[in-house]
Amino acid sequence: MTDIHLHIEGIHTFIGQFHILEGVSVTVPRGSITVLLGRNGAGKTTTLKSIMGITPPSEGSIIYNGKSLRGMKPHSIAQLGIGYVPEHRAIFKELSVRENLELAGRKRGDLDKQRDFIFTLFPDLQRLYDLGGGNLSGGQQQMLAIARALVPQNDLLLIDEPSEGLAPVIIQQLMAAIKKLAEFKTILLVEQNFRVASKLADHYVIIDEGHSVQAGAMADLLSDPAVVNRYLGVA
Amino acid sequence: MNTKSFSFNLSNPVVTISLLFGMVFAFGIYATSSPSSGINPSLFGITLVSGLFQGMLLFLVASGLSLIFGLMDILNFAQGAYFMIGAYMTWDIQNLDTGVPFFNNIGSAFPDPNIRFLVALIIAVVTGGVLGFILERILLRPLYSRPLFQLVLTFGVSLIMLEIIKAVWGTNSNAWTSTIWLNSGTFSIFGQQDTTYRLFVIAVGAVMMIAIALLLRRTKLGIIVRAGVEDAEMVSALGINVRAIFTLIFTLGCALAAFGGAVATPFLGVKFTMGSEFLLAAIAAIVLGGLGSYEGTAIASILVGFMWSFTQQFGVRPDINNGIWFSITPMLLLTMILLLRPSGIFGKER
Repeated sequence: MTDIHLHIEGIHTFIGQFHILEGVSVTVPRGSITVLLGRNGAGKTTTLKSIMGITPPSEGSIIYNGKSLRGMKPHSIAQLGIGYVPEHRAIFKELSVRENLELAGRKRGDLDKQRDFIFTLFPDLQRLYDLGGGNLSGGQQQMLAIARALVPQNDLLLIDEPSEGLAPVIIQQLMAAIKKLAEFKTILLVEQNFRVASKLADHYVIIDEGHSVQAGAMADLLSDPAVVNRYLGVA
Repeated sequence: MNTKSFSFNLSNPVVTISLLFGMVFAFGIYATSSPSSGINPSLFGITLVSGLFQGMLLFLVASGLSLIFGLMDILNFAQGAYFMIGAYMTWDIQNLDTGVPFFNNIGSAFPDPNIRFLVALIIAVVTGGVLGFILERILLRPLYSRPLFQLVLTFGVSLIMLEIIKAVWGTNSNAWTSTIWLNSGTFSIFGQQDTTYRLFVIAVGAVMMIAIALLLRRTKLGIIVRAGVEDAEMVSALGINVRAIFTLIFTLGCALAAFGGAVATPFLGVKFTMGSEFLLAAIAAIVLGGLGSYEGTAIASILVGFMWSFTQQFGVRPDINNGIWFSITPMLLLTMILLLRPSGIFGKER
């Protein structure tokens, strides 16, 4: 039987008066890369924010490692071992690369333990260590955002649109890094670029107008161009 | 042939700061000169020291206001009231023959006036911190999603605290009558004498300025605060309890304002309008420095202090003889900077 790392069942989320998620269910097997697919505004980012408790759901369940996350504050959810890499990176531009990473440490020595691995994964960050976050390029900021989620002992990473606005060569570098991370972490990805998503993910969930409409193995989706065309607009 | 043209770039903080200090000092030279005998270096020197003294006091109120606003987006109108609480409590504990018996009794337990002053300072700071903690935890926290309500609430709290102060200590101004080691000496600058207490406040302000800068730059708490100023939601998503940090910073900000009042009172005495005077000037300083910028607040506090002091002197020039300039100075400076550089010296567009 598949070991389920994260299971979301029928969540409904409102932002203000807007009903954004109207029944989203997602199952993320441990050690896999699962991607949320869907058009702009379908509810993918809100799903990640609902998991993190940033936009808490009003209905449904979110179970992580057998524990319900409903009603928990974002910092308590993160402390359970969930790393969040948000859309548009949200690195702290006034802090240096070093300070961005130090901030993410939850225990003394977290960064010391992970620094070498982070520099192996993203060598650019070693060179830029004392530079302000605001001086980094888009690709370097994305690397820093992912690196920040690696400082504490997170075993699930939620990564939102890592390829957004980046040059193809940087996307290749990030894809390789995410593949490497998947060797020992579970990853739930939101990715608009279907080409990138299809190369990375083991599993997919399609979200359309606030509903999860289809899920399965990525290999099955690739062999069904009609579904890809209907929900994602690419063939 | 290549020619390089020089132009003022007001988006550069160094240019803005140089320009502002240059203008303020030029005004200071004019304000302290006499229509009959011209420039007066000794008066300029002593007014400069007085400006630095007022700037440091202002910094103690404004730095808390700036940290709270930067991190929590709350403009704490009660900050001036915390300044007053610190001043009144210190004054009452120290001066045994006047005020409220309860505080006199505390003061009486410490016959040495120097030790009594130290105890009064500690009690004032702790009281300011505790009242700040209560305001944040009980009253403000339920209103985090309603910023306008927070604004109204802190304004309401400031009025309530003012009325309590008036009820407890009355509406008369009171001078500081106790002699302590710190206010017993004098120093001389360009032949003008002044009390060493001014130097003590300047030194305390400078130490606090450096200490807070080190806290913000060199500690994990400082990194969290600076990150929280940018994006508190993301800080929370990294596993940090931002609400607890909010409470801590709010408490520290109020304790700092109470400390400002406590160290101000041996020189200024107490009056029930002192809180609003410093609050308005502190708001001018944090906007002038750039909302949420600690460095900007520190520099702007000193600038407003100088401007305060020079306009006070300007107001008593025989050919001017009008005290109104002192009270409107911070707002004049604020208007000027908002016209020239709306985001303040170090501020970013918000």
